[in-house]
Amino acid sequence: MAVSDPAAVHAVLRSHFGDAIGDLAGTRPDNAGTTVAPSAIVEVCRFLKTETGLAFDCLSNLSGVDYPKRNIIEVVYHLYSYRYRHLFVLKVEAPRDNPAVSSVAGVWSAAEWQEREVFDLLGVTFEGHPDLRRILMPEDWPGHPLRKDFVEPEEYHGISTSRESLLKT
Amino acid sequence: MSLINTAPEMALTTKIDDFLNWTRKSSVWYMLFGLACCAIEMMQTGGPRADLDRFGAAPRATPRVSDLIIVSGTLTLKMALRTKVLYDQMPDPKYVISMGSCANCGGLFQLAYSVCDGVDKVIPVDVYVPGCPPRPEALTEGLIKLQEKIQQERWLVRKPVAANA
Repeated sequence: MAVSDPAAVHAVLRSHFGDAIGDLAGTRPDNAGTTVAPSAIVEVCRFLKTETGLAFDCLSNLSGVDYPKRNIIEVVYHLYSYRYRHLFVLKVEAPRDNPAVSSVAGVWSAAEWQEREVFDLLGVTFEGHPDLRRILMPEDWPGHPLRKDFVEPEEYHGISTSRESLLKT
Repeated sequence: MSLINTAPEMALTTKIDDFLNWTRKSSVWYMLFGLACCAIEMMQTGGPRADLDRFGAAPRATPRVSDLIIVSGTLTLKMALRTKVLYDQMPDPKYVISMGSCANCGGLFQLAYSVCDGVDKVIPVDVYVPGCPPRPEALTEGLIKLQEKIQQERWLVRKPVAANA
């Protein structure tokens, strides 16, 4: 029996994990989701993947958002079930000064590279990740460029990063 | 025979230069170096319709036998270092065509944190081909311009010595 309604998915999660699950957010079936306590994210993910009737067998996207005003970095998990064709979104908030979230690479191996991308661009440390390295930027790149307070370096290995405009003003 | 003996020496060396340059410009082997969407146009230029081969330019898979590197596409800072390594591996004389807006100045992406705005910050460029991306005709024109440049080069003429040297 498939649980296709996001509200029903949320109710199942609430009954199993209690206070670790936040309120249901989002109005459409394709963007509805909830926040999850950082300590419970791996268990919630494993439950969503293995529970009969939920079967979220695909982690379609794992990304991160920087919110300087709220002083958090949010890691967003977009889940999809190929069997039942339904979606659900999980969000985990991490403190901005030292963001650390448990890795879900043990649940979906697709998370491995996507967590590396979030680590690379936003500096979130994923605990338990098998191989947490930069994936896009050079190994010796300073900082994490998708943070809102990232300042572009003046030069990189002697290559200046600015160019004078050819247009005369 | 008497013509050679009576002709000025300079005229003769110039002709050898012309001959050498003609052979060099007719066998410009370019390295396969596709970075972004411009690479698709470069493939078209090498393909049967535009057919860069008719100018003697053949694609090579390694920098060590290449005369020309066509930088086709957005150059990231990460790739810029590798581009320098590839350029250093090419034997002299070597030439660079910067193809498209991105390679010329960073183009659409020049304000991005990861993009090197212009390949001329890393290696010297001989011909800039504008366009986003340039059509195969434009790249062919770029190669012809490069051939004109090669034809003008002088290798055998002794450089004038300064009077007080």
